[in-house]
Amino acid sequence: MDKMPKWADVVLIPVISLILAAVLSALVILAIGENPVEAVKLMVTGALGSTYGWGYTLYYATNFMFTGLAVAVAFHARMFNIGGEGQAMLGGLGVAIVCLYVDWPHWTIALLAACAASMLFGAAWAAIPAYLQAKRGSHIVITTIMFNFIAAAFLNYMLVNVMRPEGSMDPATARFSETVHLPTLHELLAPIGINFSKAAPANVSLLVAIAACFVIWALIWRTRLGYEIRAYGHSETGAVYAGISPVRITIVAMLISGALAGLMAINNVMGEAERLVLNSTEGAGFIGIAVALMGRSHPFGVFLAAILFGFLYQGGAELALWTSIPRELIVVIQALVILFTGALDNMVRMPLEKLFLSMRRGAQ
Amino acid sequence: MDVFVTIIQILDSTIRLATPLLLACLAGLYSERAGIFDIGLEGKMLMSAFFSAAVAALSGSVWLGLLAGIASSLALSGLHGLASITFRGNQLISGVAINFLAAGMTVLVAQDWFQQGGRTPSLVGGGRFESVEFPMAIGPKDAELTGRSVSDLMSDANVLHLVYSELISGHSILVYIAFLMVPATWWILFRTRFGLRLRAVGENPAAVDTAGVSVVGLRYAAVAICGVLCGIAGAYLATALQAGFVKDMTAGRGFIALAALIFAKWRPWHAMWACLLFGLLQAIALRFQNIDLGGVVIPVQAMDALPYILTVVILAGFVGKAIPPRAGGEPYVKER
Repeated sequence: MDKMPKWADVVLIPVISLILAAVLSALVILAIGENPVEAVKLMVTGALGSTYGWGYTLYYATNFMFTGLAVAVAFHARMFNIGGEGQAMLGGLGVAIVCLYVDWPHWTIALLAACAASMLFGAAWAAIPAYLQAKRGSHIVITTIMFNFIAAAFLNYMLVNVMRPEGSMDPATARFSETVHLPTLHELLAPIGINFSKAAPANVSLLVAIAACFVIWALIWRTRLGYEIRAYGHSETGAVYAGISPVRITIVAMLISGALAGLMAINNVMGEAERLVLNSTEGAGFIGIAVALMGRSHPFGVFLAAILFGFLYQGGAELALWTSIPRELIVVIQALVILFTGALDNMVRMPLEKLFLSMRRGAQ
Repeated sequence: MDVFVTIIQILDSTIRLATPLLLACLAGLYSERAGIFDIGLEGKMLMSAFFSAAVAALSGSVWLGLLAGIASSLALSGLHGLASITFRGNQLISGVAINFLAAGMTVLVAQDWFQQGGRTPSLVGGGRFESVEFPMAIGPKDAELTGRSVSDLMSDANVLHLVYSELISGHSILVYIAFLMVPATWWILFRTRFGLRLRAVGENPAAVDTAGVSVVGLRYAAVAICGVLCGIAGAYLATALQAGFVKDMTAGRGFIALAALIFAKWRPWHAMWACLLFGLLQAIALRFQNIDLGGVVIPVQAMDALPYILTVVILAGFVGKAIPPRAGGEPYVKER
């Protein structure tokens, strides 16, 4: 029998964890001599008060949806894919190759090709740690951490020594051609009479991200593979008894996870920068961890958490602009969210379980 | 002679660069041998780097800085212990949270205290660890007496004297502490009752519990030792290797230390050699940009990536097998 009703597990615990993280963040803001209420007001107007703010919020949210889904899929198979950052970097490389070296007649075809390339590259970067975990028993967390650093060095090499246009000092590729330009929300919404900010980077990738949420939901809860992944995640011995191959599930789940992380590149590389630069991922791979934890590894939860983190990111940038609070405040908030929704989960859960048990006893 | 001097200088910087790795690696060794995975070494070092530099800058005393650094690193260790021992949470997630907490808090506090864009003022005089001059070694004092530069004196010295002056003498006190910690760790882990229990709690905590020894107590002790060593490592970075704190100054050293720990298969002496190897790679990458080996050019990025690649190869079990402590990463639930 469950100790708590399902709604408490799905809604109450994340909300309490979030409140704890928010209270501590407010204390941090107080401690550095700023007013938390003013800070929140600034963040809300900066991130949600204009279509420009929304455009940035949704742009960041798009990144976090992809990386959050990536971590969530791995979580379902009880694996911790900490390598989303490296997989997203490699995805960027795939997008850059597709956009630079092929002449595309139209952006729709280019987008399809870029999706395929980024997923392929991301999945390939996850494949080696997945194989090592499945066949050689090396811990996926350690190997994916190592692969993040290897990816950074590899990308650095590619940008500095191979892909940099001649005569340029900047370690970045040339700009992509105009035909692979992805329509921004401004261009998408103008025909239906909505005037969305022209300067904001949110683009058609947002729709791809939302579609990915649906696809992953269907995959995890409506297909045989998803069932096998969840079964394996709940009990390895049980899954083996049911004829599920641990090697296959480990590798397939990591390939999906890597592909999702790689797919992020259509947003930040193709949609925003329109060229591949060093550190184009800006830590989004790691934020995926916080997003997946807060979203309870459910695609809809990931969707909501990604928008929340998009808001925090854009709001944090506005704070850094108008007050003396540096952008790193967001990193602290992110750490607190990971801490409370992930590592200190039992601290919130244990007292609540006791409370619900005593309430049930009282009712009988 | 020139080549020889260059080699000696690279080895000298190897020792300097290996020291923070070694301290963090031994820190991880205690924690992981007791069954607590710690991917938050990086964060603890960073936190200590900031607080040691900040307190040293404010008080002018590097020793107070060291204490502050250790205290801040211990606080994060306490958090890790709380999450992973008391509340039996996921140790890896806790480590990730600690890394982010340190990355954010250091810049936030640095900006609030010093308003220098997330760095501390440069440390001078008593705010830094001075290098220790051994007797008979060539150092700045000889240079002053003779009126010639140190490098000039070095090139005149004979081989033994050169090695003694460059490699053995002239490091900060923390370097010697780090290398002395290697035999000390070996002795504690393999020759004392505490060490036996610490290793047992990482392999089979239930057996330790049956013997009437506190699993929780031992694990907290291990996590605390880890905190102290990470604290020294961070303080070394900010007050000895460099003069002050800059944002993200650990630059992945905590993860290289983790790699070295796996490379060493959780053994102290091997940890030292692994850290020296990775320190050597850093020293070479720092000195040469691209290495030309008769037509084949090794790019500097390959040197950067090599520690991680080596670790993956070791983890894959192609060169010996790295088997972690058996109860590592598992919270201990006492049966009722």
